[in-house]
Amino acid sequence: MSFTATKFSHSLLAVPINSSTLRSNDKPLSFSTDLFKNNNPSSSFLGSTQKLLRFNAFNKPLFHRRSSSPSAVLLQQTSNLLITKEEGLVLYEDMVLGRSFEDKCAEMYYRGKMFGFVHLYNGQEAVSTGFIKYLRQEDCIVSTYRDHVHALSKGVPSRAVMSELFGKATGCCRGQGGSMHMFSKEHNVLGGFAFIGEGIPVATGAAFSMKYKREVLNQADSDNVTLAFFGDGTCNNGQFFECLNMAALWKLPIVFVVENNLWAIGMSHIRATSDPAIWKKGPAFGMPGVHVDGMDVLKVREVAKEAIDRARRGEGPTLVECETYRFRGHSLADPDELRNPATEQELKTIDKKIDEILEDAVEFAEKSPQPPRSQLLENVFADPKGFGIGPDGRYRCEDPKFTEGTAHV
Amino acid sequence: MATLFQGLAAVTPLSPSNSIESNKLLFSSRRSLSERKGNNFVVRSDAKVNKVLKSGAARKHELLIPNAVATQGSSSVASASKPGHELLLFEALREGLEEEMERDPTVCVMGEDVGHYGGSYKVTRNLAEKFGDLRVLDTPIAENAFTGMGIGAAMTGLRPIIEGMNMGFLLLAFNQISNNCGMLHYTSGGQFKIPVVIRGPGGVGRQLGAEHSQRLESYFQSIPGIQMVACSTPYNAKGLMKAAIRSDNPVILFEHVLLYNLKERIPDEEYVLSLEEAEMVRPGEHVTILTYSRMRYHVMQAAKTLVNKGYDPEVIDIRSLKPFDLHTIGNSIKKTHRVLIVEECMRTGGIGASLTAAITENFHDYLDAPIICLSSQDVPTPYAGTLEEWTVVQPAQIVTAVEQLCQ
Repeated sequence: MSFTATKFSHSLLAVPINSSTLRSNDKPLSFSTDLFKNNNPSSSFLGSTQKLLRFNAFNKPLFHRRSSSPSAVLLQQTSNLLITKEEGLVLYEDMVLGRSFEDKCAEMYYRGKMFGFVHLYNGQEAVSTGFIKYLRQEDCIVSTYRDHVHALSKGVPSRAVMSELFGKATGCCRGQGGSMHMFSKEHNVLGGFAFIGEGIPVATGAAFSMKYKREVLNQADSDNVTLAFFGDGTCNNGQFFECLNMAALWKLPIVFVVENNLWAIGMSHIRATSDPAIWKKGPAFGMPGVHVDGMDVLKVREVAKEAIDRARRGEGPTLVECETYRFRGHSLADPDELRNPATEQELKTIDKKIDEILEDAVEFAEKSPQPPRSQLLENVFADPKGFGIGPDGRYRCEDPKFTEGTAHV
Repeated sequence: MATLFQGLAAVTPLSPSNSIESNKLLFSSRRSLSERKGNNFVVRSDAKVNKVLKSGAARKHELLIPNAVATQGSSSVASASKPGHELLLFEALREGLEEEMERDPTVCVMGEDVGHYGGSYKVTRNLAEKFGDLRVLDTPIAENAFTGMGIGAAMTGLRPIIEGMNMGFLLLAFNQISNNCGMLHYTSGGQFKIPVVIRGPGGVGRQLGAEHSQRLESYFQSIPGIQMVACSTPYNAKGLMKAAIRSDNPVILFEHVLLYNLKERIPDEEYVLSLEEAEMVRPGEHVTILTYSRMRYHVMQAAKTLVNKGYDPEVIDIRSLKPFDLHTIGNSIKKTHRVLIVEECMRTGGIGASLTAAITENFHDYLDAPIICLSSQDVPTPYAGTLEEWTVVQPAQIVTAVEQLCQ
């Protein structure tokens, strides 16, 4: 059988990082240092709809699923899980960067260096890293208001994200976006979207573009994939359902990644949701629904690999529910599966490197200039003729006051 | 479906006498326009548009293409000798759409029933057959999602035209239109463009009930980063459609349910209009009447009466609802010193209110009388025919207002 019903706690070995490297009050970042062999190579992709539907019948009531219900679909380890030590260190570095960056944000926020709403990602790093580090540069991601770490994982430099948070002209959006609106055209970060669910249609549109490019514009090499990240609260919003339907209907190359951290601000997922097993909504729309331990980067990566490859092959969307945020006990893996593990020293070297990167990012942001007044009226319209024609018959954007940012619009 | 039938029914009974009258008036205004050689009705071939537009002064007098000749009501006996071809407004929109889709393979249409059904008002008729289901995409009834999808597609290289089957339905997509369509270019620091056109039938029709008779200009006008145009003739419908598609800015194109069957002869040559320019409909000396969309025809009906009474009103179809063409408007005010605004939009926070503010700010010294703004009533559009008629501005009110202004 391709799927096993099992509790998270029976899954993979995850070794907490040496606690001395943690500066967060949140749950410790966990990372499986074992680069293990596969026990059960017979497993096919976990996501066949039929199999999932069949599996549903065995689900127990969901009220206790966090603790004891065997409702989670977890993958058997397959050969997909084999990653090289180098890949493992890349994942580790990205997670440490994500965690440390957010810790640094908290520090800077309390020092009055950044303002407004700043949502931190602590605890969910395995999802961002597990998915995004498997993407290509040309692949797109769409994020939420909790978007710093997604942008970092996608390759936006720490400096650009930090100085955006500082509201500086050197920020990735020139200081015009802020914490909840991180964009990078270069890295195909299509945005942080600050309202619940509004990014999902945009991601669906990006995936539609890929299909369009392949099938209408005959760009055969257009096989890029879009990831839409959002939380459990969003899964009760209409846009989620509307887009699941359209993505499955047109077999769009998209993966819907639910980061279920159990809380929609102050509303418990269980109190807000009739059937809290979000992954089950995939099969309802004719796409695979997958449930994965979002605290384990290797498991996330395995699911990501299957779902992203599937989308890239043109086989349609996948819904992945990553249970995250809650730290879980870890079972020990068979030491025989350990192979060429990273050393403590190697991990410490990465921690030190991240410290340096963040010090540099803060210093860069600190020293960067504030956006000049002249920037105020830029980027309102892609074509500034949109400001219209003035009484003198000239386009108003031709008035020097527009380039100075002092015109009244 | 009920909606659809109602909508179509609303179009058909456009009273023949009314449309003939409008067309006659339109015809006369066109004729006078071509004699006047101002800049507002200049049609440019597309290749020159950008170049011309760059220098303000040079915007004028370039590349005149013969003006569209509006047909008279009886002109179904179209003589082959006349230049151009005759079509209805919805066909003009379709022609513009088709030409742009032929010209640029990234142009695509998405919306409810735009494909196999051909659109609720047939603006996309047969386009799916010609361009395929992906380019003319029938979407589920999910306005918020397919509007957002159009925005995502635009961010990644396409130029989608998003049709609201009825403009009122787009209220369900208001968040996407406002937060993403309007603001995303800015919040991304200019990295992503959103070259979408959002269009569809709107306005007060014939007893369609409140939800299907919306005047949404006022709702959309304060969204930063969005341009809004309203078409009123087959000629400008086609030219504005093409311009909207080519613009890198998100554009909302307002069409009026009662105007889809207007007939006009338009040029065979390709033309693109400016999104930012107003259209001089009837030059005059005594009073400036600013209007747009369907109210243009109520104004022209009133103008006929006014001319008989010895008045010489200047009628301008402002066309660009955001931004306003302050040049054309200002020049007219400097000549007439009196302004009447006639709109179907609601009074509070409407286009007329914004226009009043803009005129007061810019041309106060030229005014000899307070601006009069005739808007429709701030009520949900009633179903009953009489109540509905009293909701929107009628020609008699326009005549009275002009008489009052010119006392």
